[in-house]
Amino acid sequence: MLRTFRIGGIHPPENKLSAGKKITALAAPKQVIIPLSQHIGAPAQAVVKKGDIVKVGTLIAKAGGFVSANIHSSVSGKVNKIDNALDTSGYKRPAIYIDVEGDEWEETIDRSDALVKECSLSSKEIIDKIASAGIVGMGGATFPTQVKLMPPPGNKAEIVIINAVECEPYLTSDHSLMMEKGEEILVGVTLLMKAVNVNRAVIGIENNKRDAIAHLTQLAAGYPGIEVMPLQVKYPQGGEKQLIDAVIRRQVKSGALPISVGAVVQNVGTAYAVYEAVQKNKPLFERVVTVTGKAVANPSNFLVRVGTPISTLIEAAGGMPENTGKVIGGGPMMGKALVSAEVPVTKGSSGVLLLTKEESVRKPMQDCIRCAKCVSACPMGLNPAFLMKYTVYKNWELAEANYIQDCIECGSCSYTCPANRPLLDYIRSGKGKVMGIIRARKS
Amino acid sequence: MENKLYVSPSPHIHGRDSISKNMYGVLIALVPAFLVSLYFFGLGALIVTAVSVFFCVLFEYVIQKFLMKKEPTIYDGSAILTGVLLAFNLPSNLPIWIIAIGALAAIGIGKMSFGGLGNNIFNPALTGRIILLISFPAQMTTWPLVDALKPFPMTYTDATTGATVLSLMNEGALDKLPTAADMLIGNMGGSLGEVSAIALLLGMCYMLWKKIITWHIPVSIFVTVFVFTGIMHLVDPAQYASPFVHLLSGGLMLGAIFMATDYVTSPMSKNGMLVYGVGIGLLTVIIRLFGSYPEGMSFAIFIMNALTPLINSYIKPKHFGGGK
Repeated sequence: MLRTFRIGGIHPPENKLSAGKKITALAAPKQVIIPLSQHIGAPAQAVVKKGDIVKVGTLIAKAGGFVSANIHSSVSGKVNKIDNALDTSGYKRPAIYIDVEGDEWEETIDRSDALVKECSLSSKEIIDKIASAGIVGMGGATFPTQVKLMPPPGNKAEIVIINAVECEPYLTSDHSLMMEKGEEILVGVTLLMKAVNVNRAVIGIENNKRDAIAHLTQLAAGYPGIEVMPLQVKYPQGGEKQLIDAVIRRQVKSGALPISVGAVVQNVGTAYAVYEAVQKNKPLFERVVTVTGKAVANPSNFLVRVGTPISTLIEAAGGMPENTGKVIGGGPMMGKALVSAEVPVTKGSSGVLLLTKEESVRKPMQDCIRCAKCVSACPMGLNPAFLMKYTVYKNWELAEANYIQDCIECGSCSYTCPANRPLLDYIRSGKGKVMGIIRARKS
Repeated sequence: MENKLYVSPSPHIHGRDSISKNMYGVLIALVPAFLVSLYFFGLGALIVTAVSVFFCVLFEYVIQKFLMKKEPTIYDGSAILTGVLLAFNLPSNLPIWIIAIGALAAIGIGKMSFGGLGNNIFNPALTGRIILLISFPAQMTTWPLVDALKPFPMTYTDATTGATVLSLMNEGALDKLPTAADMLIGNMGGSLGEVSAIALLLGMCYMLWKKIITWHIPVSIFVTVFVFTGIMHLVDPAQYASPFVHLLSGGLMLGAIFMATDYVTSPMSKNGMLVYGVGIGLLTVIIRLFGSYPEGMSFAIFIMNALTPLINSYIKPKHFGGGK
């Protein structure tokens, strides 16, 4: 019996249309738009100005605080302007526009394909390299990686858990990366283990990616301390707390961090970025992005420079289908519906999903019949129907007492609801309110 | 590229489950029991069910359209389900006018007076049945006799009537009870949908398979009734019937599988469901053994319906990480 998390969960259709497609590198577009806010935390601060000449890998913005990340140019060329640009959130926020000229890389970057296994750096040096490369969580949460590798005082990491679950329907970017960059990922995991001084790592992969499980299991024999663990297919297993529960059978308490149970969780794409940063001196400026959808002519996995407009990716996958209703940055469960296909790819872009008009429309909401299917689905053990009600009635005390702040916004409740109630829409807004109240109380 | 895009918060896909899917699912699960009742009660079962469904749907439509002034939702299947469940709780020789009153009580008082589906406190079909039971005790407790050798009888209000297992038990006539096999297949007197344990259990399996219900409520009722009546039977076998007789008689199966599991009026957390089920089991046995009514199932469910909001506030789902 394969392991999985112990509370709730759903089984949406997998629709992994681009599974098995090789990663294709897309050439840099004519102009890239690189947002200064691609991560959780403070926006980065630009260190270039209009007219500056940059190369691929040049630092163009410095971390703007402890929880923040450096940003590097993904192309070579001239800074056109620093101006507000529409991003995946739907807001206009500061970004650096760079006109592309040629493809000249910083000399420090090792561009060869040779695998570099040996690393004599200390834990601190590895973390410094990760920080300077601007690496963030690449599963979509975009939390600056170096922060997660520095446990607060009193906590000790025991295990590194690599999130290779890719439980979102449609997405295959992590899957394709595992098939093509297995060795590099394992070296990256070894570096992460060294960074937090542990001798054990588990790579959790859902059992719908058997080729990746077999491939990595075979390779992992050469990497002491790394185990590949197949997991039952169940959404949202890629949730940090759910994955920890599935792998080491420990549940992170309300409001606590994964480190409280000794776990450091990193995405498999992040492990690859760590390899490139530490062993190849390559900052994070490109990533694998799945472009998919039932009406898409050629669902693909592309290696894309950060800042490339999403419309360029869609063109490369066969163009925008006639009846496109929604363009989603990410997967169908947690991705963001984009207001325009011109927004740029960022460090956290795992996929672009095109839904048809028919797939995009929600059905009208009916009264709650208290069927409790949302309760069965909720992976945090909450009562979504009641949390929605508390939000409607602005009863923040009850909302907090019933852990609205623990919601991971996975959408299992809304997905399940037979009355088509937009449970998560309400809970998300109630959660924001309650988190604000909790913060105000603490300060 | 100029076409406008839809923008909404996540999730962007839906599991395609719907209220009507669940309602029609329960109706499918009731088919075996309906076929058995046709076999034993014939024309009467058909008339009572058809009349009950007709009036339930009619009252729902009229009340929504003319009193609540909103778009009627008769196609969601919930009024049909209430009609079938009400009929299943009635004797198959009940006159049409009484059934119509029952339907009005079920839909009008039980459901619409609270605001319609999802807002009612009590199971609507059960509300209808209880109001009829109190208003027409004689008609509601004379059941047609059945004869497995004469299937599909063409009788309705003219059917010959007789005692049920529960009234025999209430009178202390334990030696006149039907055999276990008869009780399993439904060869005994009773309300038209409650007689066949096998058909009802088949329906339960279907609903479990389709994930319409979970096991918690029916199983906790079965176990509680079995244990409680089992202890009483061990104490005094002459006065108290065996637990198997209790499980297979009266409305226990119908109530535990189809009435107590009504979404709207049962608790939402798994532990809450267990408490609710145990409560129904205990109350049923207490009424059956020590009360003046031979059957306690409907009252037990009714009382636990009333306690459901309380159970929901105190017994919460198991929280990830075990809470604070």
